[in-house]
Amino acid sequence: MNIARKIVLRFPPRLVDQPIIYRLVKDYDLQFNILKASVTPNEEGILVLELSGKKKDYDEAIRFLAEAGVEVQALIKDVSRLEERCTHCGACVTMCPVGALVVNPQTRRVDFLENKCIACGLCIKPCPVRAMEVRL
Amino acid sequence: MTRTIAEINEKIAKGQAVVVTAEEVIDIAKKKGIARAAQEIDVVTTGTFGPMCSSGAYFNLGHSKPRMKIGGGTAYLNNVPAYTGLAAVDIFLGATAMPDDDPRNKIHPGDFPYGGGHVIEELVAGKDVKLVATSYGTDCYPRRKVETLINLKSINEAVLFNVRNAYQNYNVAVNLSDRTIYTYMGVLKPHLGNATYSTAGQLSPLFNDPLYKTIGIGTKIFLGGGIGYVAWHGTQHHPDVPRTDKGVPKRGAGTLAVIGDLKQMKPRWLIGTSFIGYGCTMTVGIGIPIPILSEEILMYTTVKDDEIFAPIVDYSDAYPQRNPDILGEVDYAQLRSGKIKVKGKDVPTASLSSYPRAVEIANLLKDWIKKGQFLLTQPVAPLPGLESGITFKPMPDRPFDKID
Repeated sequence: MNIARKIVLRFPPRLVDQPIIYRLVKDYDLQFNILKASVTPNEEGILVLELSGKKKDYDEAIRFLAEAGVEVQALIKDVSRLEERCTHCGACVTMCPVGALVVNPQTRRVDFLENKCIACGLCIKPCPVRAMEVRL
Repeated sequence: MTRTIAEINEKIAKGQAVVVTAEEVIDIAKKKGIARAAQEIDVVTTGTFGPMCSSGAYFNLGHSKPRMKIGGGTAYLNNVPAYTGLAAVDIFLGATAMPDDDPRNKIHPGDFPYGGGHVIEELVAGKDVKLVATSYGTDCYPRRKVETLINLKSINEAVLFNVRNAYQNYNVAVNLSDRTIYTYMGVLKPHLGNATYSTAGQLSPLFNDPLYKTIGIGTKIFLGGGIGYVAWHGTQHHPDVPRTDKGVPKRGAGTLAVIGDLKQMKPRWLIGTSFIGYGCTMTVGIGIPIPILSEEILMYTTVKDDEIFAPIVDYSDAYPQRNPDILGEVDYAQLRSGKIKVKGKDVPTASLSSYPRAVEIANLLKDWIKKGQFLLTQPVAPLPGLESGITFKPMPDRPFDKID
């Protein structure tokens, strides 16, 4: 059975210079489509991928990633902001890997640019008042 | 130019007081000069809205029938434990308390979805909260267990009492290690991946009265959307730190203990808060009016973000190990620009305290005063100043076997 999944991968610094994605293709025969990547040498890397291939291969590849120390998370469908709850403190802005949460220099409020959001979910738990919500 | 609080209050009562916020006063003084601005302005309002852990509330629950001595027993509000070491039906709930069965950091980083701050927020929102209390029974207080709903209308006193709020300056937190760390300053990414800070800067109460010349014990304030008072200096108040020429501290310095009637407060200004991997707390809104008694007092209120400096501290090692090293100083204008330079690297910045809400508080307080609804108070005693000799003591380890 063939499947296609969108996932978020977080690489610890020690893995950033490893050819992890190459192994997914070579050893597990998966196709990948990079939706978003933010990888800097010696730091954490974040990769949003669509992986497709045989389910058995996919499951083994996910196990390989987890054992290698890569955090794997399913891409959630949608992130929204509870406008009543958000205090516009700005704690989220350095969590968002794609600049979808930015402080507006004029208003000093945090703008949520929904068209930029890749729904990786990295802003959810760091929000001190938990104003960011996942819709599955 | 001098002015008394009594004279200001006369003008407030007549609806004639000139009130501006600590943000607005900057431009006014720049255009008109300090002397003229001090002539014209009676009150400058400040505001701050950030997570403040040393917050909590005490409640008098009323007496059940038959009576029960909750004092010395246990009490839980929505499963969050409250302190019962007081008389029969007085309890204290701290903002950082969390349910006994919360897994904490057993799976790191813990989530900390609900704690004392969240209970206080729900009470202030008018919601019913589950009280579960147990005790041992006495001749005069025979009951041993109670399970009932309470709300702010059903109980006697409900008083917000925060032993340390409104910190005058705070660290800028960064992470030099190679892993993400989860702190009370938020999530800090490895290798200087971000920097967090928590202050309203030029709007913050104690930055506008850096030497505590007007704010003292008994000062009436905006607290959590209602009216409160400065009860005492806050815990860890230690004024003797490096300061700028204008007296503005470059490190954490003064703090306030504040008190007020929880029943008047609003959930917009007291918000249950969670720090992933760290714990629960409460975000508190405070606004303090500064009476312009002289040109000197006005001059202090003109402080701008680029004149306020904070130390950059590594929270992966220096902070937990209580190592005093700092990585440098930055001003709040730089922090608010969205990036600072640390060790030659551009580091993106994030604030934990809400500047837009601080502006809103300063404006609310301004409106209250302009409409004659809020008169100023003369402090009954000053806060300890530089002359007090207060030092910030650490806790040395003293083994028990050394006791004579």
